[in-house]
Parts: sequence; C-alpha cells; structure tokens
Amino acid sequence: MYKRDCYEVKSNKNIANLVYEMVLEGPTTYITAPGQFINIEIDGFYLRRPISICEYDENTIKIIYKVVGEGTEVLAKLESGAKLDVLTGLGNGFKTIKCGEKPLLIGGGVGTPPMYQLCKNLINEGKEVTVVLGFNSKNDVFYEEEFKKLGAKVYITTADGSYGTKGFVTDVIKDLNDYTYFYACGPEPMLKAVYDNTNTTGELSFEERMGCGFGACMGCSCKTKYGNKRICVDGPVLKKEEIIW
Amino acid sequence: MVDLSVELSGLKLDNPIIPASGTFGFGHEFAKFYDINMLGSISLKGTTQEERFGNPTPRIAECTAGLINSVGLQNPGIDNVIKYQIPELEKYYNKKVIANISGFSLDEYKYCCEKIDKCDKVGIIEVNISCPNVHNGGMAFGTDAKNAAEVTKEIKKVTTKPIYIKLTPNVTNIVEIAKACEDAGADGISMINTLLGMRINPKTKKPIIANKMGGFSGPAIFPVALRMIYQVYEAVNIPIIGMGGVASAKDVIEMMLAGASAVQVGASNLKNPYACKEIIEDLPVQMEKYNIKSLKEIIGGAH
Repeated sequence: MYKRDCYEVKSNKNIANLVYEMVLEGPTTYITAPGQFINIEIDGFYLRRPISICEYDENTIKIIYKVVGEGTEVLAKLESGAKLDVLTGLGNGFKTIKCGEKPLLIGGGVGTPPMYQLCKNLINEGKEVTVVLGFNSKNDVFYEEEFKKLGAKVYITTADGSYGTKGFVTDVIKDLNDYTYFYACGPEPMLKAVYDNTNTTGELSFEERMGCGFGACMGCSCKTKYGNKRICVDGPVLKKEEIIW
Repeated sequence: MVDLSVELSGLKLDNPIIPASGTFGFGHEFAKFYDINMLGSISLKGTTQEERFGNPTPRIAECTAGLINSVGLQNPGIDNVIKYQIPELEKYYNKKVIANISGFSLDEYKYCCEKIDKCDKVGIIEVNISCPNVHNGGMAFGTDAKNAAEVTKEIKKVTTKPIYIKLTPNVTNIVEIAKACEDAGADGISMINTLLGMRINPKTKKPIIANKMGGFSGPAIFPVALRMIYQVYEAVNIPIIGMGGVASAKDVIEMMLAGASAVQVGASNLKNPYACKEIIEDLPVQMEKYNIKSLKEIIGGAH
C-alpha cells in the first residue's frame, strides 16, 4: 500500500560536494524494503521529487540527495522544523533472500544511499558484506566511515584518483572473486559496466524521470526480457537477467 | 443537502468527478491510496488494438503549473484490457467506467469499439482522436472536421454504447470539429486533450522529452480549456465532459458553468494521488459557499 503523510525535517546537512543528508520524522509503516524511494512535494514545483531511502526506523526516514536542479536547490535550503508532503511505500526495493553469504554492494555517487539500509539489513542477517563506492573526486565522497561502522569491507574509487583507487567501481570489482551476489545503484553507464564486469547474478536499481512515482502515468517505462515495466512500481530494482541494454 | 449527481447520455453519476484517461491507469494504483468507489466514473488508459510500448524516455518534463508528457499511448492492447484490466478493476470499483479508445486507422478504432461494446462494465466509450504523442494517427483524426466526422460515423455503426469524441485543442477552430462530430452522431464531446508543448534543458541544450514535444497539461491550461468548452457549449446540443487543468472544486464549478456536464481531473492525480477524493469532498462545501443546490442546474449557467 501507498501512503501520503506530512513529515517534519529534523536535520538537513551538507555532507559532500552538493550532497545533503536529510532526516524526516513521520510514519514509516508503508516502507517494506531497502531500495524503495519516497516522493516529496516541494513548494513551487508541480511534480514531486523521487528520492531513494538511505535508512529508516519506526519514525524517521533518512535521505541523501544531490542538488541537481531548482527543486533540490529548494530542498537543500530547508531547515529543521520545515514540513514536507511525502508519499511512501513506493518502488519494489532489494530482496535479500537469495544473495548467499558474501553479497557485494556497489554504489555510484548518489546511487550510494539505498545501499546503506541494504548493508545494515544484510549485516544483521549475518552476511559478509563488501561495499564498493565510486565517486568523481575526493570532495564527492561520503559515507565511507558509516559503511565501515556497520562492519562492511569498503573500497572507494574516484575517477580523478584524488581519493582511494583511481578509476571506476569496475576497476575494483574485476579483482574481487569470491562474492555470491551483487546489488548496484548508480548512473546508467556504471550499471552497464557493472552488469558486464560481474560474474554472479544480482539486482540493479535504475533512475528515470517520473510523473507520478506510483505507476499511473507510464512516464518511466522500460523494456525488459519479461515485458514492459515501470521503473517506479515494477522497479526501480531490476534483476540482472531481465535487463535489456 | 446539496445534489452532486449528474447524467451523461443516460448514465447516472453520483458526482461529476472522473479521473482523466492516462492519469489513472486502470485504477489499480489509486485503489492503494483510497476507496475509489467514491469517483463518479473512471476514464481508463487509452487503449489500442495491439499492445504498445509507447515512446522512448524521458517522457515527462515539468513546467510551471503543469507537466509535459509524451507517453505515446503505452497500453496492453484491447484484449488484455477486456480480459485482465477491467476484471481487476471490478474488485475495487463497482460503477460503470469510460473506456478510452485510440487508433491509427479507421479500422483500428472500429475494431476496438466493437470489442469494448460487449463489455458490461463500460458505460461510455471515449474516442481519443487527439493524442499529440503519436504519428500517423491520434491527433490527425482530430484536427480535421471531415476525418473527425468519419471516425464518429463508423464507430456508431459498431456499438450501441454512447460515444464521446475526445477533441484536441491544437486546432484553429474547435467548434467546427465538435459540430462535425455531433452531426455524425456523437453522443457527447470530451474536451480538451493536452496542448502541444516542449521544454529544453539549458545544460544539455536539447529538448528534455526524447520525442522533443509532448502534451502540456495541468492548472496552466485551465483557462484555455474553459474558454473552449464555453465556445463548444454554445454550438452543440450534446453533453460535454470537460477537462483541462482542473485542480479544485471551484474549478469544477467554473467548468460546469461554462457548459461541462461532468468534469475529468487529469494532471492533478499525478501530483496528488488524492486529488479526485479531495475535490469530491470539497464540492459540497464550495456549493454551499456559492449557493448552489444542484450541480445539474448550473451546467452552462455562465451563458
């Protein structure tokens, strides 16, 4: 089920270059899996902004977003106490049931946030988690310590080599051999490279411009081997074996 | 007590609020938000003979007070709609619905209407001759009075259900086309479809929509819709289902005063999934405020 509620901004802070971490207080009962997203109404803009959930508990939702346009610019200026109209329960999310003992989590830029709740869940399930995060430059890096604190083994790559391994996430992944499954979220070229450079099956989370975010408008459709799917309800997470590039 | 009920070609509606085609899917998603039985009726997603994927993405661009869509009639095809989508909707919705039919040829329109004619759940067929997002079809039928009349006449031969022709505003003279449809036997007019529009991303210097242009809808187009409904009401004697940027109960009252017998709510559903529910709940309040006892009595009242 889906739900619309009013949420209060508890904190909203800059954690990397143009990247913000916001904590919202409000109901979370309709959130069922890591990898789901919320759809936020922003004052002065007609469409909501779909943003993936980084972490949630009984009464808070944490999101991490990048300022990429006018809507997120307004979001970044909000202070504690601001109220937001938010839809929750959106998207299918990641499944942890078939991932084996050593799942590999891959995040590219602001594709990193949904990996956090997933990592937490997998570690709680007793899995040995490896996380590979790719960024453009040192100033863009975030959440390295947070993932380490959960108990994951963390690799960082930067495209310009200013931090961690120089290059892309695939430059690290190609040397990893003993993972049992993978989860990835990031820009589409990264997802394609991950698809081509992983030797197990896995799940990939996609991004698309959305109208409604709950399956009504058919704005975010894609073709898969199992037929037409809507990124907002049949995704954003697709299985590796169903993807058509 | 105020009276919200209206009638469309013999079909009685508890209230005039109908989610517009293409903004409500086949109703399933909205049933996850609220009990959709409160809706006057539902106009289903535009349906063609065969399944269609539609246009490439991005298909959506935001605008001030609205959005542009270029979905391109993605739908599972008429057989799937009759066999799966409508029976599924029957689980959550116990009233008659409006089937929205699209096509790329006269034969396709006829084929789909003949099939949907046998579907008891369908109270009205809304014939979309105005989709701006497909080539060689859709809007091509709706921009020419002679073509519009011919589609109407041919469809009337294959169904006994009331036929409402959905018109495009992207024409010089919508009144002429509405009259041609009436003369050809249309039972009603649905208007207006989206306005052709576009947005360009200054970062990439290219159109945002993959198909470059798309249909503009949302509150920004309300005055245009209202004006056209007002004009067509003066010229025809068949009922009009009004739509275009409706976002509040007050908009509904305005549109009915212009001449609409019922009102569809489109883009608002995408922004706020509870839009139709909130409008229906607010209608009695607004009616009290404007001293309206019965919505039926205000249809065309502005003339």
